[in-house]
Amino acid sequence: MAEKRRAHARPRPSLIFGDLWEFDPAPETADPKIKARYDLFIGGRFVRPRSGRYFDSINPANERKLAEIALAGPADVDAAYAAAAGAFRSWSAMPGRERGKYLFRIARLLQDRAREFAVAETMDGGKPIKESRDFDVPMAAAHFFYHAGWADKLAYVAPGRTAAPLGVIGQVIPWNFPLLMLAWKLAPALAMGNCVVLKPAETTSVTALKLAEILQDAGLPPGVVNFVTGAGETGAAVMGHPGAAKVAFTGSTEVGKAIMRQLAGTDRRMTMELGGKAANIVFDDAPIDQAVEGIVNGIFFNQGHVCCAGSRLLVHEPVAERVIARLKNRMRVLRVGDPLDKNTDLGAINSKGQLATIRRLVAAGVREGATMWQPPCRLPDRGFYFPPTLFTGVTQSHRVAREEIFGPVLSILTFRTVDEAIEKANNTPYGLSAGVWTEKGSRILRMTSELKAGVVWANTFNRFDPSSPFGGYKESGFGREGGRQGLLDYARIS
Amino acid sequence: MSARIPVRLPVTKTPKVYIGGAFVRSESARTFKVSAADGTFFGNIPQCTRKDLRNAVEAAAKAGPAWARRSHYNRAQILYRLAEMLEARSAELVGSLVRFGAREADASRGMSVAVDRMIHYAGWADKYEHLLGSVNPVASPHFNFTVTEPMGVVGVIAPDSPPLLGILSMVAPVIASGNTVVALASEKVPYPSILLGEMLATSDLPGGVVNILTGFRRELVPTFATHAHIRAIYAAADGDDRKALRLGAAASVKRVRFVERAADWFAEAAQGLDAIRDFVELKTIWHPIGS
Repeated sequence: MAEKRRAHARPRPSLIFGDLWEFDPAPETADPKIKARYDLFIGGRFVRPRSGRYFDSINPANERKLAEIALAGPADVDAAYAAAAGAFRSWSAMPGRERGKYLFRIARLLQDRAREFAVAETMDGGKPIKESRDFDVPMAAAHFFYHAGWADKLAYVAPGRTAAPLGVIGQVIPWNFPLLMLAWKLAPALAMGNCVVLKPAETTSVTALKLAEILQDAGLPPGVVNFVTGAGETGAAVMGHPGAAKVAFTGSTEVGKAIMRQLAGTDRRMTMELGGKAANIVFDDAPIDQAVEGIVNGIFFNQGHVCCAGSRLLVHEPVAERVIARLKNRMRVLRVGDPLDKNTDLGAINSKGQLATIRRLVAAGVREGATMWQPPCRLPDRGFYFPPTLFTGVTQSHRVAREEIFGPVLSILTFRTVDEAIEKANNTPYGLSAGVWTEKGSRILRMTSELKAGVVWANTFNRFDPSSPFGGYKESGFGREGGRQGLLDYARIS
Repeated sequence: MSARIPVRLPVTKTPKVYIGGAFVRSESARTFKVSAADGTFFGNIPQCTRKDLRNAVEAAAKAGPAWARRSHYNRAQILYRLAEMLEARSAELVGSLVRFGAREADASRGMSVAVDRMIHYAGWADKYEHLLGSVNPVASPHFNFTVTEPMGVVGVIAPDSPPLLGILSMVAPVIASGNTVVALASEKVPYPSILLGEMLATSDLPGGVVNILTGFRRELVPTFATHAHIRAIYAAADGDDRKALRLGAAASVKRVRFVERAADWFAEAAQGLDAIRDFVELKTIWHPIGS
């Protein structure tokens, strides 16, 4: 009886974190070597835009101006395509062995300057330094290194067939992994013998232009790679240019569809890597602590600015309460703040516009009746920040369960049976990725074969590798990046 | 017309389209008249509508999961069985091709190529996975592999000519990997495709895996383009049709493969892994290696 009374009198024990003492700041101090102004990179040289216009790139962590970036207009895009077309003949005819050596060099030069690039990436985009340092930059170098080795082995890519380069490739990349997406796109295109005109995202152009310095240092022939910077209009000019043999786009499904419509009258080849609303499914026999780490990594990695983020948690009813309790405990110790601090887990939201999008969708979640929870945390006074957020009591029709939020917001749904989990996971027009947590091997294989997604992580999440093909089903796009399959998408097979 | 009255009036066949394993008329009851090469009346062919196309997609979607779950070996044998049916009834098929204007030699050659092509793809059904999938040497301690999966319902728009070899060469690689098909037959010479439907019905192919419509391209292309449950399009098309199909494809991020309307389907190069590759999705799976 006494035991029972005490249980009533005292609240359930929970861990107390964070607010007992302050962490000392631990900023990364390496010099990012960012210039005050960046021109376009066309024909191996930095050139002023024809219009003479520049726009500001700011640091989203403190809203301070970082650099001025050239605004490319149609004439600049023309010049970039002309430079690429001019370089194509000798670049594609060069022995693969030699082409590969350029890519190996680029990988090495990037590794040499890895810390500098990581700091620049963090200042330009807002991601935590531990991610840009340990993931973005090394993985970008790995992509160049992996594809370098393919350049003299193209005869093995399509057995019984001949793989040849296509010509000039137009590429537009997003702001969530600026340097890494650039490497994903450039490396396979170049290894195959294509030339490239690439547009970085308007808020994150700096590391692309820093990489242009590396391309110069590597002695890459002029025109093989050209960077044109700007916003949506520049992107449309790159995608729509008649000089492109193929276009590759990573970004939202909405823009992807617009590009598909724009190119409808042509026979242009396309690779589309679009949005997602991945289900991360936790069964009652899952290793719960690991699953909680996987859930956190799945949705809070890079502030949730990840197309394959595990933004819908589907949790088995018998363990739902336990998983959510532990998840909340884990979220209480996530550190939100200065992206350059080595202890920061969630950095800055990439832009004011994206912060507004996240706020709008979160408000819709509250309005539609889901229950929002955020751990107590102090956000910096300046800059764009959003606390890690979860919604419980979410139904499939809620906007937070259907639309890509692209922020640190997790929607939690529950299920009772395997079939229900599959049904709910697949109930989306997207199909980029999915996660499964269970100790039962046969269930893993059943789930991985039934989930309509291009990448399935079992008992892990958000893993990437240059040798591993990545890309979507359904409205998450088509074509693959990485591995032999991704390389083939940059080839003409005959 | 000859005034001579035959001793016995032959019983003619009502041409019907093959949808969901059944032979049906168009829901609209519309038909168009088809004449043989010599100008004599041949029959009334169903002029299928958007609604027929939607019904066919429904049948194909229903048949899809079970067909995709069949083992590769089983699908290979079913395609081989289809080749057996074609070979056994080749005289009838050649006869129909000649009746609609093909030269005897071309018709027989086309027939041989068609049968051999079925066998070619029957053999692929349990081999393409070796070549399209992979085990990937990732740098972290994970087992990482890539497998193929069928896309679902694929819309096939066949060329006018060759009327039989064309549709067959396009349908075979698509179903070999476990997709199901809604195909639009040659508009000019639809009857051989109706015969093909009869052979499909008597092979071991489950109903709904292949559905063949007859009718007019210009009426059906817009629905092929925009139907959201059609996950991919394989079309012998050019110019405006291509544009319409691509515009429609954009609405649901549909995959598209085009061939020339005048492509040489007799060539060895008209078959192979490429057409299979374009109608599978690649799925990459990760699992940690550890205790």
